[in-house]
Amino acid sequence: MKLTKLAAIAVAAVTAATPVLAELVFPSLSYRTGAYASGGIPFADGYADYFTLLNERDGGIGGVMTSVPECETGYSTEKGVECYEATKGGSPLVYQPLSTGITYQLIPKVTADGIPMHTMGYGRTSAANGNIFSNVFNYPANYWNGASLAINHILDLNGGDISGKSVALVYHNSAYGKEPIRTLEELSTKHGFDLSLLPIDHPGQEQKSQWLQIRRDRPDYVLMWGWGVMNQVAIQEAANIRFPMENFIGIWWSGSENDVVPAGDAANGYKALTFHNVGSDFPVYDDIQKYVVDTGKAAGAGDQIGTVVYNRGLYAAMLAAEAARTAQEIHGTPDITAAMMRDGMEALEITEERMVELGMPNFGPSFKVSCENHGGPGLGAVAQWDAAAGTWSLISDFGPSDMDVIQPLIDADSAAYAAENNIEERCN
Amino acid sequence: MFYREAGDYKKTYAEDTQTFPIKLDRMGYYAILAIALIVIPIMLANDVGGGANYWANAILLPFLIWAIASIGLNVLVGYCGQLSLGSGGFMAVGAYASYKLMTSFPDLNIVFVVILSGIVTALVGIMFGLPSLRIKGFYLAVATLAAQFFLVWMFNKVPWFYNYSASGQISSPTRTVFGFEVTGATATPEAKYLFCLALLIALAWVARNLTRGRIGRSWMAIRDMDIAAEIIGVAPLRTKLSAFGVSSFFVGIAGALFFSVYLGAVEVGEAFGIQKSFLLLFMIIIGGLGSIFGSIIGAAFMVLMPVLLKNIMVGQLGWATDIAAHFEFVIVGALIIIFLILEPHGLAQLWRLLKEKLRLWPFPH
Repeated sequence: MKLTKLAAIAVAAVTAATPVLAELVFPSLSYRTGAYASGGIPFADGYADYFTLLNERDGGIGGVMTSVPECETGYSTEKGVECYEATKGGSPLVYQPLSTGITYQLIPKVTADGIPMHTMGYGRTSAANGNIFSNVFNYPANYWNGASLAINHILDLNGGDISGKSVALVYHNSAYGKEPIRTLEELSTKHGFDLSLLPIDHPGQEQKSQWLQIRRDRPDYVLMWGWGVMNQVAIQEAANIRFPMENFIGIWWSGSENDVVPAGDAANGYKALTFHNVGSDFPVYDDIQKYVVDTGKAAGAGDQIGTVVYNRGLYAAMLAAEAARTAQEIHGTPDITAAMMRDGMEALEITEERMVELGMPNFGPSFKVSCENHGGPGLGAVAQWDAAAGTWSLISDFGPSDMDVIQPLIDADSAAYAAENNIEERCN
Repeated sequence: MFYREAGDYKKTYAEDTQTFPIKLDRMGYYAILAIALIVIPIMLANDVGGGANYWANAILLPFLIWAIASIGLNVLVGYCGQLSLGSGGFMAVGAYASYKLMTSFPDLNIVFVVILSGIVTALVGIMFGLPSLRIKGFYLAVATLAAQFFLVWMFNKVPWFYNYSASGQISSPTRTVFGFEVTGATATPEAKYLFCLALLIALAWVARNLTRGRIGRSWMAIRDMDIAAEIIGVAPLRTKLSAFGVSSFFVGIAGALFFSVYLGAVEVGEAFGIQKSFLLLFMIIIGGLGSIFGSIIGAAFMVLMPVLLKNIMVGQLGWATDIAAHFEFVIVGALIIIFLILEPHGLAQLWRLLKEKLRLWPFPH
């Protein structure tokens, strides 16, 4: 009982200390600890730095300052719930949990509370169907796009015919890792390749037996749906069995510097998908240096700037800020609410001109969100690691994924969700 | 001076054997019940001080659910002396049983769903308890560890358990008790709280009365010396398996609530992994083996301490979230070690000693 009282005092003090200034609040459910911190830290840094940049350079969005309260989830769903409830009271505009597990949990909650959630390149893929999922967005690309993009790349390498080839999927044994399986199965019947599945349990430090199996079966290509420490271990194991790195393709969550650097030169040639550009050769980085880094306001240790996942955090923040701006225009008020933010996200249009204005030319695809389509165009490219130079570089253009296969799957899965939860289609 | 039994006369056998023989204890118990059953729900319903959702979903619900689970494990480990590391797996059985029951029989009331999930888990627990008839101590812990890994693997591997969903996630549909929603996103915090609280009170009452009756005494006999117990006529088969059954029943109910009321969506590896088995074991060790009160206070300690530390370090002191998270591990870990050195019998024993002192106070001799 004593502890509850202390907690009561603590929480009361916290709520009392929160300032009531009008701010645009973008909570960051980050994870800077645990087995997935290698991905969580750069994303959280990029996300926070972009809003710091907006505050310092432009005075916020539409004249209203932004704030990014952080809450540590450690990639755990229980802490994710705690963080959601803890930040919900501070009129948050959009949630980005960066965890598929937490996303599944928050989908019904955010829908009931009327707060939008943006799960960029992760989460529940069928949330792309805005007809059913009113408050969840996963533009510009999702896992099923990723699966199709990886197969498209393999098709390109083989002149369009991969029948009889074998592809192994090494995946994190969780909702995240299981997401692409259905699409890959469809694609394997369509293109006639053999698919084998190799699950790896959390946290993914133990993968010897899976790679032994790969060494024995000698698949032509290995795809990976990994995250955190699992990526580094997998790339090291692949190097140990001398698997040709150019035939090893990771999803966008398995392709950051943190994943390839530990394997050294052996990781040279490893490929990963991406739905945004890599590197720090963009005008926006000059501004970040000037307004954020030089003023000592960089988030975290400030050592992640320009890395792949940092870029992704930056991109996520940019899309959120643009959606907030759109919402301000639609509703004619700078002080938007979560419901207005949702409208802004649904009306979001990213054009190349706007990207140039933002100092991010060719950083990501141009796209338009609509009521029916919360998933964006699903474009993606392949990046390759150059171990000697220590850089990722794009080796393909941003190409389309096979929507003929993906769209029926999205429709079927979202229809199942709608039936389970009695949701009506809302866009008609 | 204030706390003593002098003048508190007992006239019947029932009065003499009641759970709280001292009047002040009894009053305190009723006061806590009144606060828990009346004051807190009213505060939650009216959102006193703001953050009713935070209080219910982040603090009260996990505390109540873990308390049920730790009473369950305490029956097995504390009362019957059978070490188990399979509780995470048994919670998963409860969760998946409730999911299958909810989706297969949409009209079945959630109360029955939860109780049936407990019964399913009890059967599974009895099955995995069979090795306890041949092996003891650490070897049994390893055997139950196998249950933990096998059950998690099974719920990941067999798609029937998660209704063939693409991601392997299970999510709980909305269900009501007396017309009030207790599961799903739109359920009010007070409804969820009261539902879990009612189950905790009922189950704690059952556990208390089981453990001080014939069955409980036979469990303790087996715990203290199994050969002697067998000689005086306690059947090891029935006793050990009943402990496994009752314990798993409690743990299964906790698992069902953990999934359906608290989290709403789970995946088995993340929600019911080996770390949950350890957490539960820590709860009963910190709280006190062989004590219902100890189970509850142990659950409170392990659930509330991290939340409290986080709120102080991040909310009050404004530390960076990662430093706070690391310090949280350090502080909670240090506290566990300190408690175990200073009081190996747990918080319940501290409370017992405090009461002994209070009886004599202010004249210690």
